[in-house]
Amino acid sequence: MTSGNIIQPGGGTARAYGGGQAASGHAPANLGDILERVLDKGLVIAGDIQINLLDIELLTVKLRLVIASLDTAREVGINWWENDPWLSADAGRRASDRDLRAENRRLENKIRELESGQPGHDGGGRVPARRTRRAADDE
Amino acid sequence: MSDQGRWLYAVADRGAAEDHAWLTGVAGVAGGEVRAVRSAGLTALVSDVDLGEFGAEALRRNLEDLRWLEEVAWAHHHVIEAASRHVSLLPIRLATVYGGDASVTAALVERQREFTCALAQIRDRVEWGVKAYAAPANPVPAARASSASGTGSGSGTGMAYLKRRRDELAANQDAQRDTTAGARAVYAELAGHAAGARLHPPQSPQLRGSKAPMLLNAAYLVRRCDATSFAAAVASAANAHPELRLELTGPWPPYSFAGGDAW
Repeated sequence: MTSGNIIQPGGGTARAYGGGQAASGHAPANLGDILERVLDKGLVIAGDIQINLLDIELLTVKLRLVIASLDTAREVGINWWENDPWLSADAGRRASDRDLRAENRRLENKIRELESGQPGHDGGGRVPARRTRRAADDE
Repeated sequence: MSDQGRWLYAVADRGAAEDHAWLTGVAGVAGGEVRAVRSAGLTALVSDVDLGEFGAEALRRNLEDLRWLEEVAWAHHHVIEAASRHVSLLPIRLATVYGGDASVTAALVERQREFTCALAQIRDRVEWGVKAYAAPANPVPAARASSASGTGSGSGTGMAYLKRRRDELAANQDAQRDTTAGARAVYAELAGHAAGARLHPPQSPQLRGSKAPMLLNAAYLVRRCDATSFAAAVASAANAHPELRLELTGPWPPYSFAGGDAW
């Protein structure tokens, strides 16, 4: 430390200025800040060892979400990202299975609605479906 | 080909890094000794890594291991930070690995122009991080909401409740608009004190100790000697925006400005 106000390079400390209060104490820079920088910033050049960029991006996205509190997450043993469909391929599959089943149910219901609600109407399709619903709303 | 690769940390001017006594004793990734590879008027800081752990396959696997990643990230950052106290340098993205010194040299030669230009932009400058959150004990919504509820509280009817609720929501929305606008203003104000400014995506409030959402996650490129005046600018921005809590981190090596584009 060269003086009270100047901090040595490296982002080892953080200062907080809060809602009109005077500058408060120092806190250690968090791991998230480090990961954000070393993974997401910095000059990108192609090395001899090629890493699949998609993998890296997935990791980065994952970290962007985890980043603020990796320490906390680890302390409490949370691995919620493993169940996040956006982050985990397995969870993604499970989620899309669920979505598909829900979509199927919706479509089956719609067909039933069409078949029962509009007998004798030719064509079928969406327009009669909407009419059915509107008619139901009017009642 | 040996089973040793070269892990690249940073690129600096050859002249600036000529005397690299400060490198001795700096441990790199996996405890490797950091040394300089020179070519094309540039210096690359590297250390040897075992390709069994840092080869393509292993890296892909290891990068997904948060514990491994944390260790490597700190080591990578530690070298860059230690070196940046002595020379202006371009931090290189984590996990840039070469097969040997010859390929590092070739990369320096091939991209000499780009490195030299980028180095000129960041010379004698450091990065400061500024984050903004909504001030934790923001009195505005509460005050507005209570004054609003005072008008209709006598009746105690459902209508009064709905009105109170609507006022509360409106007050919250107003407060949110205020803080978002405040964060934008702070970003622009501080950019006036910097040679470069970058907006990063806000870090997630999920699992964060405080629930306060991050409204601003910015990086500024500031002359090394202007550290005090930049901190003063942040302090005065905080005073001008009591609805926000500002956090200043740094100085960092110029990670966010190593790319050189979008100035």
